[in-house]
Amino acid sequence: MNQSFITDAQNTWCMGCGNFAILHAIKDVIVGLIEDGVPRESIVLVAGIGCHGKIADYLNISTFYSLHGRALAVATGIKIANPDLTVICTVGDGDSYAEGLAHLIFAAKRNIDITAIVHNNRVYGLTKGQYTPTSPGTYHGKSIPKGVSDDPPFNPLEILLCSGCGFLARGYTQRQEQLTDLIREAIVHKGFSVVDTLQICASFLDIGDFYNERVYVPAGHNPEDFDAACRIVGEWDYDGDAPIALGTLYRKEMPTYEGRFRVLQKNDVERAKLVEKIMRERR
Amino acid sequence: MADYSVLIGGKAGDGINRAGQVIAKVFTRLGFYCYIYYDYPSLIRGGHNFSVVRIADHPIGGRRDGIDVLLALDATTLKQHRSSARKDAVVLYNADLIHNAEGTAVSLQSIVTEEGGSPVMANTCIIAAFCKSIGIGWDYVEEILRSEVPHEIEKNLRVARRGYAAVDIEKHPSFLVSEEPVGEKILMTGNEGVALGLVAAGLDGYVAYPMSPSTGILHYIAEIAEEAGITVIQPESEIAAMNMTVGMAYGGFRAATGTAGGGFNLMTEGLSLAAMAELPVTVILAQRVGPSTGTPTYTAQADLHYAIHAGNGEFPRFIFAPGDAAQAYECAGHALRLSWKYQVPSIILTDKTLAESTYTVEPSNLPDSIPAQPMNDRNLEGLYERYIDAEDGVSPYAIPGDIGVTIKVNSKTHNPDGISTDTAEGVARCTEKQMRKLPAMRQEISDLRPVIIYGNPDAEICILCWGSNAQLCREVAGHLGIKAVQPLALWPFPAGEVSDAVGDSWMVISVEDNYTGQLAELARNHGIRVDLHIPKYDGRPHTIDGLMELLWGMVA
Repeated sequence: MNQSFITDAQNTWCMGCGNFAILHAIKDVIVGLIEDGVPRESIVLVAGIGCHGKIADYLNISTFYSLHGRALAVATGIKIANPDLTVICTVGDGDSYAEGLAHLIFAAKRNIDITAIVHNNRVYGLTKGQYTPTSPGTYHGKSIPKGVSDDPPFNPLEILLCSGCGFLARGYTQRQEQLTDLIREAIVHKGFSVVDTLQICASFLDIGDFYNERVYVPAGHNPEDFDAACRIVGEWDYDGDAPIALGTLYRKEMPTYEGRFRVLQKNDVERAKLVEKIMRERR
Repeated sequence: MADYSVLIGGKAGDGINRAGQVIAKVFTRLGFYCYIYYDYPSLIRGGHNFSVVRIADHPIGGRRDGIDVLLALDATTLKQHRSSARKDAVVLYNADLIHNAEGTAVSLQSIVTEEGGSPVMANTCIIAAFCKSIGIGWDYVEEILRSEVPHEIEKNLRVARRGYAAVDIEKHPSFLVSEEPVGEKILMTGNEGVALGLVAAGLDGYVAYPMSPSTGILHYIAEIAEEAGITVIQPESEIAAMNMTVGMAYGGFRAATGTAGGGFNLMTEGLSLAAMAELPVTVILAQRVGPSTGTPTYTAQADLHYAIHAGNGEFPRFIFAPGDAAQAYECAGHALRLSWKYQVPSIILTDKTLAESTYTVEPSNLPDSIPAQPMNDRNLEGLYERYIDAEDGVSPYAIPGDIGVTIKVNSKTHNPDGISTDTAEGVARCTEKQMRKLPAMRQEISDLRPVIIYGNPDAEICILCWGSNAQLCREVAGHLGIKAVQPLALWPFPAGEVSDAVGDSWMVISVEDNYTGQLAELARNHGIRVDLHIPKYDGRPHTIDGLMELLWGMVA
């Protein structure tokens, strides 16, 4: 097997795109996991569709390049089939906060041991700049007719907190080292984990300066304090001008879905015998 | 020939379905063939539910006109069904709700209240009264109730004893020779047949969102899941159900999902994903009246063309359409097995009549085993590429965790290594690779002998039918001395076999529960002549007699 972690596929992301930082952060985390003894074959990355999804072509590990919005549903099936796998989902903001929001909420509700890394550039890139649920209200793109008023965003972290998400972090692609640490922490966390990753879109929402002026790491924040997490998540509503906290914002250990729901598998002979028994008992 | 129909009716919540099952059990144990048609509106309490239990000394799979025994738990039952009861029918009714009617009055509620039972036990009471009225001994009634009533058996037996004592023997059908259990016949719904067939073929996971008339599969697999070692999940939507099923297949689970037309609409996105990613999934599409929400608890066969074409793009798939519980068992097993063998989606097309009717099954007539398809029977040596080209289009299947392999699957058009491509050569190659599976898939269907001929094989008049209509048509063909042809697999369409079975019939008539004649059109597209179509689109299955009359009108 090719030991390199990057494939030969031609990279087609725009110059300066935040996806490069996420790709390399994930790659570094995976290399670290393997060094710690996690078999390379047991790591699976599931991507949605959008600019972020191309990461499936670029990373040389087992990948499932799935559908727009459905990565978490696919990943849930994979994790249930084999709980020994390390399942990482890369999703976009249009992908998982719009098209696939239900799957995100339910992954949090179930607490399945999957990590979702949201490439949150706050705009649809590949379809050329339409607004997403986290676009600034003043951002209109080409799909909102002239003269129509703003459509303000929602705060995805608040949605996740009230859906029971047991690990919530926010990273930023221009804080690469911290982002790598957050992704590693999220993957190691037993249960559903989300890393909302702010990134610029070099073509449609190039607001690096806006982020650089506002991001900060809160001192003394206790991620196990739900009320504190709610306060810190509520500071910035993905729209206005407010400080943007980075880091692990909330963390709580809970029983995982695959632990609660997966039954002990039987072999085919046992199943055939059961069918025979059921038929006998019906006489 | 013995052939009796017992109708029991009441309100939703009266346990009518269960009561029908118990009555059928009384006769199945005695060696008779039974068929139960269950009719109910989409509500939880109230309304009018009824079960027709047909009992015969020969194989049956549909309703007849005419009721020999009418068991009325409420006034609506008597009002709606009195006219279809024969002149000499045994009529038992609930004297607490119905006054001055013809037949035998049993005060069901009063008995239940006096014995301290719960209202639903009225059905036990009337079943016992019915058994007495046709001369079945108490010991046998008690034996059946003990085996069939899951809760509060002693109280149920007290209620039953009172019902039994409340009537005299009215009629002793000549076919009731002995109360000794004989034979090995069992009762099974179409949904249970599907579920057991999947289990027998090695099902590991079942993911489904509730939707009539497919929900029975979800309930039944959940009931046996622990013992069968099957992971059962009810997710947030049919979209999630299909995508989780696809994910399970990637992870190494033989997985299936089930729904009705409306839910299948939501699944088509994931069905297309399974096709492009070449991941095996099995989906049960239990048809009901459409379009849209339609009539949730009534039958239709209007999704055949939809099943054939569902999902964007062109891709190979298997479609099976069983016609009774035994066929459901067999087809479900083959659908799962072949889906894995060819790494394509398979669809089991049922209908409400099949899904929720109860059939007599003779286990010795079922296949001994449906061998589960091994996860991987091909060589994984060397550099692994998920979609490596193979002569028959089927690449070696590996699952994450297999040593030394990187498995890249993709919803996008891809190269053999699973990485996206949009070159002209790559796009064409991807399609050709998938389509190359078709010749072997066609042969696989042929090997299963997918077309059944009923009745007189040399007759000049031939009925073409599918799904639950097949058993009706089998009986009708027998009575009229004509031929009936049922394709069990509908895709790849076994055109040669259907054509041979139809032969040089002078007249070919399709019988389908739809308006347009979907099987007829499919047959015509394959060069098979179909002269007439008998449509039915009112949500109710034909009765044997009704269908015979229609056919007489056409062929006489």
